[in-house]
Amino acid sequence: MPKINIDKKDLFDYLDNQFDTEAFRELCFEFGIELEEDSSEKGELAPGERAELKIDIPANRYDLLCFEGLSRALGVFLRREDTPNYRVVPAKNPYRITVAKECAQVRPLVVGAVLRNVKLNADRYKSFIDLQDKLHANLCSQRELVSIGTHDLDTVQGPFTYEARRPEDIKFVPLNQTELMDGRRVIEFYESDQAIKHFLHIIRESPVYPVVYDAKGRVMSLPPLINSEHSKITLDTRNIFIEITATDLTKVNMVLNIMVTMFSGYCAEPFTVEPVEVVYPDGKTIVYPDLEQREVLTSSAYLNGIVGIKKTDAEIVELLRKMSLDAVVDGSSIRVKLPATRPDILQECDIAEDLAIAYGYNRIPRVQNNEATVGAPLPLNKLADIVRREMALAGWTEALTLSLCAHDENFAFMRRVDAGDEAVVLDNPATAENQICRTLMLPGLLKTVRENREQPIPIKVFEVSDVVFKNPALERGAQNERHACALYASDEARFEVIQGLLDTVMESLNVSH
Amino acid sequence: MSEDLKLTILKRLDSDGLIESTRVAFKDVPEETVLGALKSLESQEKVSYKTLTTEFWTIEPEGKDQLENGSYEARIFAAVPAGSQGVSMKDLEAQFGKVAKLGQGKCMAEKWLKKDGDMLVRLVDSVVDQVKANLEVVNAEGMHPDPSVIKDLKRRKLIKANKILSYAVKKGADFSTELKKQATDLTLEMLQSGAWKSSEFKKFNFDSLGVNAAGGHLHPLMKVREEFRQVFFETGFEEMPTNNFVESSFWNFDALFVPQQHPARKLQDTFFLIDPVHANALPDFWERVKDVHEKGGYGSIGYRYNWSEEEAKTLVLRTHTTAITAHMLHKLAQGPYRPAKYFSIDRVYRNEAVDATHLAEFHQVEGVIADKNMSLGSLIAFLDMFFKKMGMSNLRFKPTYNPYTEPSMEIFSYHEGLGRWLEIGNSGMFRPEMLRSLGLEEGVQVAGFGLSLERPTMFKYSINNIRELVGHKVKLSDIAANPACRLDKKMGREAEQQSAAVNKI
Repeated sequence: MPKINIDKKDLFDYLDNQFDTEAFRELCFEFGIELEEDSSEKGELAPGERAELKIDIPANRYDLLCFEGLSRALGVFLRREDTPNYRVVPAKNPYRITVAKECAQVRPLVVGAVLRNVKLNADRYKSFIDLQDKLHANLCSQRELVSIGTHDLDTVQGPFTYEARRPEDIKFVPLNQTELMDGRRVIEFYESDQAIKHFLHIIRESPVYPVVYDAKGRVMSLPPLINSEHSKITLDTRNIFIEITATDLTKVNMVLNIMVTMFSGYCAEPFTVEPVEVVYPDGKTIVYPDLEQREVLTSSAYLNGIVGIKKTDAEIVELLRKMSLDAVVDGSSIRVKLPATRPDILQECDIAEDLAIAYGYNRIPRVQNNEATVGAPLPLNKLADIVRREMALAGWTEALTLSLCAHDENFAFMRRVDAGDEAVVLDNPATAENQICRTLMLPGLLKTVRENREQPIPIKVFEVSDVVFKNPALERGAQNERHACALYASDEARFEVIQGLLDTVMESLNVSH
Repeated sequence: MSEDLKLTILKRLDSDGLIESTRVAFKDVPEETVLGALKSLESQEKVSYKTLTTEFWTIEPEGKDQLENGSYEARIFAAVPAGSQGVSMKDLEAQFGKVAKLGQGKCMAEKWLKKDGDMLVRLVDSVVDQVKANLEVVNAEGMHPDPSVIKDLKRRKLIKANKILSYAVKKGADFSTELKKQATDLTLEMLQSGAWKSSEFKKFNFDSLGVNAAGGHLHPLMKVREEFRQVFFETGFEEMPTNNFVESSFWNFDALFVPQQHPARKLQDTFFLIDPVHANALPDFWERVKDVHEKGGYGSIGYRYNWSEEEAKTLVLRTHTTAITAHMLHKLAQGPYRPAKYFSIDRVYRNEAVDATHLAEFHQVEGVIADKNMSLGSLIAFLDMFFKKMGMSNLRFKPTYNPYTEPSMEIFSYHEGLGRWLEIGNSGMFRPEMLRSLGLEEGVQVAGFGLSLERPTMFKYSINNIRELVGHKVKLSDIAANPACRLDKKMGREAEQQSAAVNKI
């Protein structure tokens, strides 16, 4: 689960409520996030140190990954404010990004937007950077699917182009550097950078690297690696240009929408975004962002049925407002308008969960009304349990060993040759102990005896469990087999003892000699 | 020999009336032997005795050194020549080793020496080695009249405390100077010969352990599994056929509406196979699943990405038994609607880091309820009833996220002993994208819930490291000593914590 750090005082001031820790924990519990740690609870804060809340966020809520989004969502949940109306304000001459056809070879997609007349300070700037990091790590799949570039619009000139050029033809000074580098030098330079080295593989082997240029031919960014030094955003930046490159169309729109909805609150006209046109090689022009004006059609019958409550249409509309969802009654249906901050909502059942949260999971009437059914054990398990019980009654002790093992334990150590048609082999095991699935139970019991050498003899252990065999005839290519195994260890091998146990078990299963 | 001792004790009591201290009366006899004789006599009510504890002190090795060679400070003082020149610390260290520093410190404290630059100089002409003298007293007497001396020598770790046990003995209710041989058991021969009529029988010792009842034992985790199974059967669940560890990504992820880009499908979290690599076919409804991922459907916009058939065919070790649940729901959908409840308790695999509480394989408990009337409220009510049977009767629910359920809930139970809420499981209503592509008709809702088997077991039996519960390193004696499982009763740490909590009130 992603975690965010929130300044405690800033949040409580925003919500106009100096919650005590228990009360805030309760609020988080009800809303569906988790307060993991309040740094002021651990002990005295150092002078000048501010209390920080560490909060776990559900993996599908990209709108809660920064202070701006979380505080707003909680503010709406507590009905202190309404969800903003995010809108694109058309521009007379919108900025344009023209996409070169070579980009299709390496990173085909780009989208963009402009945030006008923003007011930044140190906190907002940090939040802006942190959100990009978090989105890169989760939704963008470590920048592979999507990567974000942000620039001071006043340091560059439109129209912009998105091209793919040979690495040696790309020259710029990367962010926070002074050296002029070409594409090859950039790769070499960032091999030793703890953060960026993980992304080099995304473009390194490509004959062309993606690059964003302004009208003067200046490099603005080399996605997905690094922005340029000259277009960088500072605390004095007033107009922000966002360009996001990608290989996944759905995700790139989600990311752009999140970026602009989260930070458009700092624009002089709050919650407005200026559009950017993207012209594709085939001549098609698309205007971004789309700020997803989606709707989900549902009904009180459905929602009440899923949650288990009985609310009227009007009551449901009121409750959904707490979750930043604008709904209207339309005949016997309810039309829910989805804000661009909720790409996690795919259909009605997502609305039902939000309704349940707004109502309060723990306030839902606990009424059981499902039909009675008849239980039954799996016959294989019933049989296995009979064998287990008989072995224990006969005086043997049950072990429970690991089903993954080292190849040698299953073959060489057991004096068996692997013909390659028996065991299922695992990819990239972290330890040698997890190379294959066992096909024998005996090595596990032998290891048990090895680890119990100091116990008094005789040692009598058994196990009834599954082994795994390859089987190309089956859909999954493999199958389990339930095996029973017993081991007697003492200063004498005493075959007759193990034979006696087998006799006992067979008799209990009504199998005669 | 011990019979002699017993007779001696009896005779002494007969002549003296009592024995004030056995340590004095039987100086050369080991204390355990005296105690053994007294216990035996007491069981026949021939004597009664009281335990007397006295303390005495012995010289520790470091004390022995100072007893024989003088205290460190005396030695150091002696090594410093008279006069104002003195001697350097370096020379002392060369001569005495670490004793130099210790001795010098004490000399300074006693004001026998002073520092003059790098040199140590005498402040007095001569000293009395009181420490050595004190040690001599303790060595001879086993104690010292001045308690502050004892305290000081103990602090310096030169002496050690010892206890001597001694006994004051009186005549018992059945006192006599005769020792009759007691029979330790009733035998067939005694019954047949009539000897039992004149035998004296040794009393049973109820404080000792009996003979170990040798037998077999079931594994603790399997006992807890049995408890869960019982509760599932009591509430009408059919056990699912989960005897298939290898699963295709299709059943383990895609059919459950987990997108192919989801981080859980990466090598770090999931065990992929290199032999075999792919399933040899996908089930006949696979295109429905592809569509709902790529384009949406059943009222959903789907994930809108390019779904790969090859990716779906890759084989994994299942990461949850929910893969089997999907199989069962698909099978259920082949016939006319009927309500159904399924469960399983079986192994799943995660390729994550191992630590004290996590292994690469563990057991998952899963329950599934398919019913047209299912809602979040009825799921909560069901969980209340289910967990109540296991002694957890105060449940709370928290919204959470699973790719395949919506709404989803984490289940918390209030633990009185710890005084806080503990997460005991996860649950939710399966998404329509999953249910409808598996073939279930609209209006059939399916709820699921799950938890790990190891976690409540470790909690119930106060086990801190999972290797003490699962795998070949488990001690067989621990399996043998492990109590029966009663999920509805508090055990071990839980019971202690609960009574502690009650006492606090």
